[in-house]
Amino acid sequence: MGKLVNTAKETWRFYRKTLALVFTGSKEYYLWCILLLCIMLIGFLSYLKQAQVGLITTNMRDQVAWGLYIANFTYLVGVAAAAVLLVIPAYIYHFGPIKEIVVLGELFAASSITMALLFVFADLGRLDRFWHMFPGIGSMNFPDSLLAWDVLFLNGYLVLNLIIPIYLLVKMYYGKEPNKKFIVPLILMSIPWAVGIHTVTAFLYNGLPARPFWNASILAPRFLASAFCSGPAIIIIIFQIIREYTFVKIEDRALFKVAELMAYAMFLNLFLLLAELFKELYSNTVHIASVRYLYEGLHGNYALVPWIWVGLILNLVAFAIFLFPGTRQRLSTLNLGCVSIIAGVWIEKGPGFVIPGFVPDVLGEIYEYIPNLRELLISFGIWATGFLMFTLLMKVAIPIASGEFSHSKYETEKPAPKTK
Amino acid sequence: MMQRILIAIVLSLSLMLAGNLSAAPAPKTGKPSSAAPAAAKETREEFSVPLPPFSEGMFPCSSCHASMEVNTKKRELKDAHTEIRLHHAETMRWCLDCHDVKNRDKLRLYNGELIDFTKSYFLCGECHGNIFRDWKAGIHGKRQGYFYGSGKRTYLLCVHCHDSHVPKFKPIKPEPPPIRPKETKHAK
Amino acid sequence: MPNKRYSRREFLRTLSAATVAGLSIPVLSSCSKEQREDFLQKHFLEFSDEEKRNLIARLEERYLQKHKKKFTVSTQEALPNTLWGYGLDLSRCIGCRRCVYACVEENNCSRENPQSQWIRVIQLKKGSLINLEESEHYYNPPLVPEKEFLYMPVQCQHCENPPCVKVCPVHATWKEPDGLVVVDYNWCIGCRYCIAACPYRGRLFNWADPNVPPDKWNTSVHYLGNRPRMRNVVDKCTFCIQRVRMGRYPACVEACPTGTRKFGNLLDPESEIRYIIDRKRTFRLKEDLNTEPKFYYFFEA
Repeated sequence: MGKLVNTAKETWRFYRKTLALVFTGSKEYYLWCILLLCIMLIGFLSYLKQAQVGLITTNMRDQVAWGLYIANFTYLVGVAAAAVLLVIPAYIYHFGPIKEIVVLGELFAASSITMALLFVFADLGRLDRFWHMFPGIGSMNFPDSLLAWDVLFLNGYLVLNLIIPIYLLVKMYYGKEPNKKFIVPLILMSIPWAVGIHTVTAFLYNGLPARPFWNASILAPRFLASAFCSGPAIIIIIFQIIREYTFVKIEDRALFKVAELMAYAMFLNLFLLLAELFKELYSNTVHIASVRYLYEGLHGNYALVPWIWVGLILNLVAFAIFLFPGTRQRLSTLNLGCVSIIAGVWIEKGPGFVIPGFVPDVLGEIYEYIPNLRELLISFGIWATGFLMFTLLMKVAIPIASGEFSHSKYETEKPAPKTK
Repeated sequence: MMQRILIAIVLSLSLMLAGNLSAAPAPKTGKPSSAAPAAAKETREEFSVPLPPFSEGMFPCSSCHASMEVNTKKRELKDAHTEIRLHHAETMRWCLDCHDVKNRDKLRLYNGELIDFTKSYFLCGECHGNIFRDWKAGIHGKRQGYFYGSGKRTYLLCVHCHDSHVPKFKPIKPEPPPIRPKETKHAK
Repeated sequence: MPNKRYSRREFLRTLSAATVAGLSIPVLSSCSKEQREDFLQKHFLEFSDEEKRNLIARLEERYLQKHKKKFTVSTQEALPNTLWGYGLDLSRCIGCRRCVYACVEENNCSRENPQSQWIRVIQLKKGSLINLEESEHYYNPPLVPEKEFLYMPVQCQHCENPPCVKVCPVHATWKEPDGLVVVDYNWCIGCRYCIAACPYRGRLFNWADPNVPPDKWNTSVHYLGNRPRMRNVVDKCTFCIQRVRMGRYPACVEACPTGTRKFGNLLDPESEIRYIIDRKRTFRLKEDLNTEPKFYYFFEA
């Protein structure tokens, strides 16, 4: 009985302190959270209108059946897979400075996957029927449908990326060492799983012979290469922010190591792009229509052309920055490179990938898809949700990781909280 | 010597006979035998079709023509039937090549046989044999109604779609094109 | 040990509760009474005969309430020994689009705002026949046919190897025993993967609630065919399943003024379609994709 009371007290304390952590912070923190909440609210209201009237409130039509939502989904799955890039060095190469921030990286992957799933929910016509997807109570078309695989892989990855950091955090909360026999297999499992989620997402485009733009074997390698450039770039920036606003120590060395690994990924990304462009342009079949639409416009439709060229230039600039140690190991240029690669890969893998697959459509019709305001608002709303989720997770996880927020047994009299 | 000539005559006669028996009837005089040769057997299948689309008050033609003089000279008609403009092999044929001279209620086949207007497909099929064959199989022309279950295929006469005097279809106004995706909206 | 489990569970529980709560709001607000009834409906292929009868009664009642018309919803199964095939004589199509509008009338498709047409007639230049990149969909000359062009109507090809069936994540679309590829509108989740997968523009999405003038409803419908649909689900040509399973020609076949369209049972050697495949020069669209469509195009003259 006493134990139960203690447990209840402890849980309540945990809950109370978590709320306290989440609701107290600096002015910038409040502004940030309120801004995100506003964006989320506007996005949510837009979504209500879309659910009420139908997907006709977007600019998607039969000719271009997938648009901004699925573009963002594709990009975010890649970002989530990139958390692996932090895990691999830590657990395989025992590279010290990265180990402590792996937990934060995995929570970042969880937020990313949540955003990706929210984008799918926003895109589904009948969200109320999502239970039809569950094997057992619904009827999941496994193994034929790649979407079924994707559902399993993504949700499994989400669960994995919640279990691992939460387990580690709980252990830190109690000041105990994690049980390596339990956690290390899970962590090692998350490495192929991360490669898996992005491969399955690539395959779901790849397996469609109706869309020659996607039906290229190079798709899965390109996805992985571009994921491994852009995901860690976001992490590098975020961790600098964390370093700035909390007392978590993240050494520059860790950031530069990640950047070095990214440089290889960037090279691969550009090389695979070259390979794809060569095959399309040299063979010069009728099927290069999509590539021509993307890079030079087709029959007077050229909405994506400026975007893709800007994206290409950003990728090249980023590669140049990351290639040379001089620019890679200086924070100012490193950040410039990160922003560059994030934007460049988003363009290349989001709209620059999903939309040309549908232009021209299977009967040769060209419908130029440009997202409308409602789609943009919903997309921003979902991004804001992800950022808010990550911010709140960090607000709790960082004090736990730094030892500040722990079980009452270990709490000593501390001076005023160190979080800024 | 006589024997050899006799054998030659018998041989050639038997060859000619064999040739006649195996060949399809080829009308040299315009009057092929109605008896079908052994190799190709044409059956006259009957098709139930709706009534021919006569113009108002036209049929039976004999109501006027039974008492009229017959003028077989190929000419442009001025007194009656002026609304008919023949544009159907008109350099090689004219009215009385298809309509029988004596009995205007009947049509005239190439071998002189007379058929009703309700069987006009035989006449069209004489020149348009490929299409006639397809029509009999049910694949030429408009398909309607039931193709399975209750009864046989329904057929239409050639003239239900094609004007026998000016058979070429005229271009028609198309139905409206689809609404472009950009202009698709939902009902308010 | 219990402490550890509680705190971890607590965290996950809060998270999942928040997600469900957050998601249920849009779900509930988009629900109307009929959607709530449909919510727990099983997959059509799992229905027993009794359950099918109840479903039909429920649907007919609902259509009576909503559209003020008595609908007859059929669940006629595939006829034995049938595999439906379609023939289209490209030398005779004049591009008049009568088939498109006959299909819209027969199948209760949305007329405008939004417009949904299951058949699309495309205009192709003579000399580059199957170069679909150069096709024109929105031709509107005063008279057709125009001399320089050929016209090719395209609709769902009811493939034997349908890529759409392969990719549907929930089995909302499947191939019936008589070869027709059908959609259960009450099971489709609207992900549009099948639209991305179809090489022929066979499938369309209902981007908003279908808009049919009240006096234009065709009340003899089939559950898997032309019954009134709802927004945000996929529909497609069904070879007029409500007609062909009763032995009638599809509406497009009957509407064609030049006798371009042919239909029949591929398993019946005496059928029209078998005659065509036997004697005419038939081809199918995009045969290299190995979808094995049942829509045979051919030329005569």
